Amino acid sequence: MNAIDVREIVKKFGEFTAVKEISFAVEEGEIFGLLGPNGAGKSTLIRMLTTLLPPTGGTALVNGFDITRQADGVRRSIGVIPQAMTSDLELSVEENLIIFAKLYGVPRVKRERLIDELLQAVELTQWRAAQVKHLSGGMRRRVEIARGLVHEPKIFFLDEPTTGLDPVSRVAVWEMLRTIKHQRELTILLTTHYMDEADKLCDRIAIVDHGELKALDSPRKLKASIPGLNTLEVSFHNAPENWAATLEALPSVEGVTVQDHVYRIATFNGPATTTAILETAAHAGVPVLSLSVQSTTLDDVFVHYTGRALRDELQEASAKDSPFMLRRG
Amino acid sequence: MGRAWAIIERELRRFRRSPVLIVISLVFPIVQLVVLGYAFGGNVKHLKVAIVDQDHGVPAVKVRELASALASGARTIDTIDYGDPGRAMEDLRDGRVNGVLTIPPEFSRRVLERNQPRVALIEDNTDTFVSATLAGTLAGMIASYNEPAHAPRIPGQATLDVVEVYPYVPYVQYLLPGTVVMSVFMMVMIGGGIIFIDDKARGLHEGYLVTPITKFELIAGFNVSGTVKAVMAGVVLMTIGSVIAGIPNAFNLVRLFRLFVVVVITSFALISLMFLLMVRVSDPLLPRAVFGVLNTLLYFPSGAVYPQQGFPAWMQVIAVVDPFTYSVHALKCLLLKNTGFGAISYDLAFLTIFGVVAMTAATMLFKRTL
Repeated sequence: MNAIDVREIVKKFGEFTAVKEISFAVEEGEIFGLLGPNGAGKSTLIRMLTTLLPPTGGTALVNGFDITRQADGVRRSIGVIPQAMTSDLELSVEENLIIFAKLYGVPRVKRERLIDELLQAVELTQWRAAQVKHLSGGMRRRVEIARGLVHEPKIFFLDEPTTGLDPVSRVAVWEMLRTIKHQRELTILLTTHYMDEADKLCDRIAIVDHGELKALDSPRKLKASIPGLNTLEVSFHNAPENWAATLEALPSVEGVTVQDHVYRIATFNGPATTTAILETAAHAGVPVLSLSVQSTTLDDVFVHYTGRALRDELQEASAKDSPFMLRRG
Repeated sequence: MGRAWAIIERELRRFRRSPVLIVISLVFPIVQLVVLGYAFGGNVKHLKVAIVDQDHGVPAVKVRELASALASGARTIDTIDYGDPGRAMEDLRDGRVNGVLTIPPEFSRRVLERNQPRVALIEDNTDTFVSATLAGTLAGMIASYNEPAHAPRIPGQATLDVVEVYPYVPYVQYLLPGTVVMSVFMMVMIGGGIIFIDDKARGLHEGYLVTPITKFELIAGFNVSGTVKAVMAGVVLMTIGSVIAGIPNAFNLVRLFRLFVVVVITSFALISLMFLLMVRVSDPLLPRAVFGVLNTLLYFPSGAVYPQQGFPAWMQVIAVVDPFTYSVHALKCLLLKNTGFGAISYDLAFLTIFGVVAMTAATMLFKRTL
C-alpha cells in the first residue's frame, strides 16, 4: 500500500486554480519532496493532504484514509510541521511536547518515554525546561520536529522545514530528519524551494509549478532525463546577434539558453565543447569574459521542465521567506 | 474532553507566564473606579454666589444671614456681596460667580405686607450639576426663611418622612459593580479575543487543526480557559475595589460566594459572546479596533454609571440585550444590598442562557479547516 496516494486533486480559490489535477503516490518509507517556487501550489497541496483545506475536486488517500471522508483517520496517522513557527514561545520545550501529546491522547507513561526519546533525537534534552522564546531559530525548528512526532505518526509532513534557517542549521535539520526516518520507519513528505535540500534529502522529487506536476522521479534520474551531462555558463563581450545559433552548431551541444547575457550550453562532452567554444570565439573575434563548467543540477532540471530558473522565482519571493509570515499560497 | 483540557492547560500555563496581562486588565478599571468614583461622588461645595441686596431692610438682612450660615456651615456656597447688579451679572457671565442672588428694593415692604415677597436667583446653567445644586440649596434656604418662628404644638401640614433602607451609598460604591464587570470584559478581550486572533494569525491554530480534536473540544477549551482568566481578573478587582470603595462587611463569606458565582457566570457569558464575534475573524487588527466600541456599547447602557431610567428609548433597547446590564444589577444587589440569590435569579438565568446560546452559535460557525 502506498503511504500517500493523490488522485487528480484540484483546489480552486474562486476563479484561481491553485492545484490542477495533480496525481502521484508516495511509497512507504521514502522521503518525498515537492519542489517549486513560492506560489506554485505546494503548501496548498500539503494543506489538503493534512485535512486543513478541503479539495475542490479529486481526492487523496493518506495511510489508506480518504482526506475528505475519513479526515479523523488521516489526522491520527500524520505529524505536521507547518511552514510558520508555531510552537508556544512562552512554554518550555517539554511543555510544548506534553500539550501536543495530550491533544493526540497519548497515555502518560508512553508520553514520558516518547518525549525523552524525541528530545534526545533532536538533541534538545538539556534544553527541555527552557522557554522556546529563548531558543534559536534552528532549535525552535527542532522543537517542532519533535512535537510533530510525539504521537508516533506513520507519515510526517513538513512544509518548508528549513526556510529562514542558516546553512548550518539547515544541514543539522536534514541529518536529524534522515536519522529519525530510519529509526521510526517514517514516510516523509516535504515541500521546499531549496534545490540542495531536495537534491540531498529526498528519495524522489515532484517538480510543481503553477499548480501543475511537471516532473517526478529521483534526483539522479531527473538530472539524467534532461539533455546534456554538463552545463557550460559562458559570457562574452559584444556577442553577435546569431551567436546562440553558432554555439548550438558546435559538436556535442544539445541546447543553448540565454539569460542576462549568460549563455547556458548543455553538452554531452564538456571538455570538447569548451575547447570548441574558445576556438570559435577566438576565430570570430569575440572575447570570452568568463567560462565555467558544471554538472547538471536540479536547477537545470527545473529550467528544462518549467522553462525558467527557480532561483529567479526565489529572488522575487525572498521577502516572504520569513518563517513568521502569516499565510502563503 | 481530554483534548479540551490540553487546550486549557496550555492557555493557563501561558497566562501564568504573562502576569503583565492581568495587570493590564486591572489597571484601567481601577483607575476609572478611583477617578470617576471620587470625581462624581463628592458633594458640590464652595459655589460662588453674588449677593445683591437692593433692599437693606430687616427681612433682607435675615436672608443674607441665612446665606452666610450656609457658607460657614455646609460650605456649599461662598457668598460675595455686590453693590452693583450690573457688575454681578458681568461676573456671572465671565464665570467668576456661579449665581447671583438678588434681593429687590421692595422685598422688606412686601414681607411685612405679606404680598408675595420674592428674591431672584440668576444662575449659570451651562453646568447642570452645579445649577441644580445651587437651586436646591437656595430653595432650602428660602424654605427655612419661611418657617414660622413658633411652630404650632400639633402641625396641621402633611410632611414626608424618608426612611433609607440601606446605609448611605457613596458614588464610588455605586460604580464598583460596573467596574468589576469591565475588568472581566477587559480580560475577555485581551486574554481571550486578541490572543485568540493573534495565535490564529501566527498559524498556531494550524497545529491544533491537524490533530484529532473536535470543534466542540477546541471551543470548549478556549472558552473554559478564557472564563478562568476572566474570573481571576474579576475576583482580584472585586477584592481591591471593595477595599477602595469601602464596601461594608466586604469579606462576608456567604456574600463572597454569591459574588463569585456571579463573576463566573458573567465571565462565561462574555467569553462566549467574544468567541461568537471573533470565530470567523482572522485579521489581528479587528479585535483591537472593536475593543473600545464594544466597551462603550456594553458598559454605559448597563446602568453602571447612571440609572437606566434616564436613557432614551433606543438605549434602553440596547440595555435589555446587554449582558452587562444583568451582571451589573446582580453585583449591585450583592455589593450594595447584600441580597440572596432570589433577588438575582433572573440575572443569573439570563446570563447563563446568553452564554450557552452564544457558545453554541460560535461552535456551529467555527470552521474546522483554514
